[in-house]
Amino acid sequence: MLLINCPYCEETLPELEFAYAGEAHIDRPADPSALTDEEWRDFLFIRTNARGTHFERWRHIGCGRFFNAARDTVSDRFLTTYKAGQPRPDLKEAAE
Amino acid sequence: MNMQEHDFATAPVQIKELADLVRFSLRVRPEHRADMAAALAMELPQKVGDRAGFATGETLCLGPDEWLILTTEPAALVDAAREAYARLPHSLTEISDREITLRLTGPQVLDLLATGCPRDIEALAEGRAVRTVFDSATVVLWRDGPAEFRMDIWRSFAPHVRSLLAQAEAELIAGL
Repeated sequence: MLLINCPYCEETLPELEFAYAGEAHIDRPADPSALTDEEWRDFLFIRTNARGTHFERWRHIGCGRFFNAARDTVSDRFLTTYKAGQPRPDLKEAAE
Repeated sequence: MNMQEHDFATAPVQIKELADLVRFSLRVRPEHRADMAAALAMELPQKVGDRAGFATGETLCLGPDEWLILTTEPAALVDAAREAYARLPHSLTEISDREITLRLTGPQVLDLLATGCPRDIEALAEGRAVRTVFDSATVVLWRDGPAEFRMDIWRSFAPHVRSLLAQAEAELIAGL
């Protein structure tokens, strides 16, 4: 079972207490009516589907909070987790 | 009314449903936490999982902006919250009937919990409590002693959780 660190609880806990919630850092357009159909489609459905490092959202059932994680989609290893609203971390710095 | 309580010293676990408790859910932004605690005359712990007692009850921090309050004086709590509402926006909701509470005790209670709970329960310190899952049903688990727990289960999940607990209890009695 994967162990995931919740940045709000500051504990590393089993995967079963968490729910996956899609790709992170996707901002809803400020004025949806100004978008073309293609741009709106891209916002709704088109994802990076990365092979390797993937930034994604998770929710912890324990504290009820969404947070972001960087996970390697090949090895399934969690590189880091950070609170929602924070910018993408520099993973090279985190690894050192 | 007096009820006779049996204490089977040889039983690996005891499961007992507690009488109805008065529960409140408090949601308030972290920046208002200290002021809200002062207004309600209770401590609102900052760290997820920490508990604090106050004159007529107990508080538990479930999340950065969420607390569970057990109290025997609901009217006083509601009045204090109403008075603070204008300057401290918050939500205080009575959720007494949402859950039922089981008391789980006995020498093998950790084994019992391990049958459905993915978390390392042994590492949960006494006097703390966490929201976790028991076979995918969300429960709040309070650790009151080395082998003494309370489990709040959402009412609709209770038959499912209780049947699993009964099955695990039977297996523990049989020495499996």
